Amino acid sequence: MENKIPEEFEVVYCKPSTLTDMPMHYCPGCGHGIVNKILMEVVEELNIQDKTIGVAPVGCSVFAYNYMNIDMQEAAHGRASAVATGIKRVLPDRYVFSYQGDGDLAAIGTSETIHTVNRGENILMIFINNAIYGMTGGQMAPTTLIGQVTSTSPYGREAAAIGNPLKITDMLAQLPGAYYVSRHSIHTSNAIRKLKKAITKSFEYQKEKKGTCFIEVVSNCPSGWKMTPLESMKWIEEHMFPIYPLGDLKIPKEESKVTKENPN
Amino acid sequence: MNQNNNSNNEPRLMKGNEALAEAAIRAGIHAYFGYPITPQSEILEYFTREMPKRGGVVVQAESELAAINMVYGAAGAGTRIMTSSSSPGISLMQEGLSYIASAELPCLVVNINRGGPGLGTIQPSQSDYWQAVKGGGHGDYHLIVLAPASVQEMADFVFDAFRLAEKYRNPAFILADGALGQMMEKVVLPEAGSLPYHEVNWATSGMGKRKERNIITSLYMQPEEMEQVNLHLQKKYKAMQKEVRFESILTEDADILLVAYGLGARICQKVVELGREKDIKIGLLRPITLYPFPKDEIARLAIRVQSILVVEMNAGQMVEDVSLAVNGRCPVNLTGRMGGMISSPEEVFQKVETIIEKQTLTLK
Ligand SMILES: Cc1ncc(C[n+]2csc(CCOP(=O)(O)OP(=O)(O)O)c2C)c(N)n1
Ligand code: SF4
Repeated sequence: MENKIPEEFEVVYCKPSTLTDMPMHYCPGCGHGIVNKILMEVVEELNIQDKTIGVAPVGCSVFAYNYMNIDMQEAAHGRASAVATGIKRVLPDRYVFSYQGDGDLAAIGTSETIHTVNRGENILMIFINNAIYGMTGGQMAPTTLIGQVTSTSPYGREAAAIGNPLKITDMLAQLPGAYYVSRHSIHTSNAIRKLKKAITKSFEYQKEKKGTCFIEVVSNCPSGWKMTPLESMKWIEEHMFPIYPLGDLKIPKEESKVTKENPN
Repeated sequence: MNQNNNSNNEPRLMKGNEALAEAAIRAGIHAYFGYPITPQSEILEYFTREMPKRGGVVVQAESELAAINMVYGAAGAGTRIMTSSSSPGISLMQEGLSYIASAELPCLVVNINRGGPGLGTIQPSQSDYWQAVKGGGHGDYHLIVLAPASVQEMADFVFDAFRLAEKYRNPAFILADGALGQMMEKVVLPEAGSLPYHEVNWATSGMGKRKERNIITSLYMQPEEMEQVNLHLQKKYKAMQKEVRFESILTEDADILLVAYGLGARICQKVVELGREKDIKIGLLRPITLYPFPKDEIARLAIRVQSILVVEMNAGQMVEDVSLAVNGRCPVNLTGRMGGMISSPEEVFQKVETIIEKQTLTLK
């Protein structure tokens, strides 16, 4: 359905054509909705809707295929990067991304995550770190903070009993197969703009077959955290950023040279 | 991909595993994903050696979990794909197989069965029959299961498996024991290029010029919808029944019918001969498709024979399907060994003689 826009009006904001009209099921204020949208904005802007394939595994984003207007394959819990590998290996000229939660990518799918990046698969992996298992009702995740109360860490996470928050992104940045590794957030519109730039860059690198691009998004789960969306954004800043600081963890060698030699 | 290699189609001596791998290349598979495990590692080794030369994709995955999910991805992308493993590795693939069956993606999975349970032994066994024919993973689903009994069939059944998998949009499965994978026999390899691949309209290969996106999923939140999906699958499994294949050896005049598949059937061929030499009319029915199972043929023969002996290299798994088909029409007996041990033809023949004695059969 095309709405005719009067000539004197200028469109400053609209939903990208790469998003469907299906109402999203995400809880109000959830970061998933934001990332789904900007990811599809990038696909529209780069004009790659016809050659992009997404893989969303079990987790709150399992229904991403209802919203993203591209070919999509739903994956078993933890296996998204293996599924994406399978697709990319037989269709190397397509753009392939996986979109995974922290339980998926850093617990049950740790092995697939590490080996996909280590092989330097030419895909984009988007990692939504909300420090909790959203879909199953707020259980502890590998990324849950020390002291954080969840339904399976009712007295707060204790390092002695269950270990520390897993900084898997830092680990992955060490692997030669990783080409671009960056941590972003959705807590302000400025942060969202930066995230969008990182996604755009990643698809451009993918075209050049440079290796794995990995973007962690420090996100929220108002329902699981039992907070209002606004409180959850504050909580991200105060509690998540000290453990998961924003910024690039690995940038392409060529670009780091350029920045050093020519700081402008 | 270059499906031909330098050699011609003359008969040659090959290991079962290698014949199967070469046949898969000739069947035009686009990619193979796998993980080493005895007694099937030659399959992965063959592909890592041949695929780069012949333009196909091969990835040694980090686990069988990863391998089957790479298969799921690549099959979903609309290409001809396979993986292989042996018993413990096949156990790891079960969740993925359930997803693949539900999403109705054609592909081939090969199990070169070794003795279990647990880490078990690397010797040949048929202990994974139930896992193969009853589904194996969670949910109501079936694989199309083919059971070769020679190196020739290890090669030929790759083509049959893909033909059926693509016809029914269902994962196909080759269930062979370790001996069939390891032994060398004469084989004439199937002709390359004789299995054309037809483009599909359901693949998640990028929208291209399509208006509608394709989605591959096995998630249905409404039970009404999930029931419809199940009804659809059951209808498909029913339609598959016409693909039943079996081999009959002297079954028409038999007093005693042996039922065995794979290597077990090879042993039983000798038992039939031993019997006939002593004027005991033994026949052999060899199921070639284990799913669908030749239950009608067994039911038909059950009326004519005096007793059935199921010979398996396990504790008795197929015997349940045989008993269901026989439905009390004649006695059903079982013999076999487990854990990688193989019955000799003489052992099986002795069992036949005991049955004749115990059941005081008056043979024609
Ligand atoms: C094999 C398997 N184990 C467990 C589950 C149940 N399960 C579904 S989603 C999920 C956790 C999701 O958490 P996360 O990956 O962090 O994503 P989020 O929901 O927070 O976005 C679990 C444990 C499953 N579907 N499959
Ligand atoms: S449960 Fe949490 S992660 Fe899931 S949709 Fe709701 S807020 Fe988002």
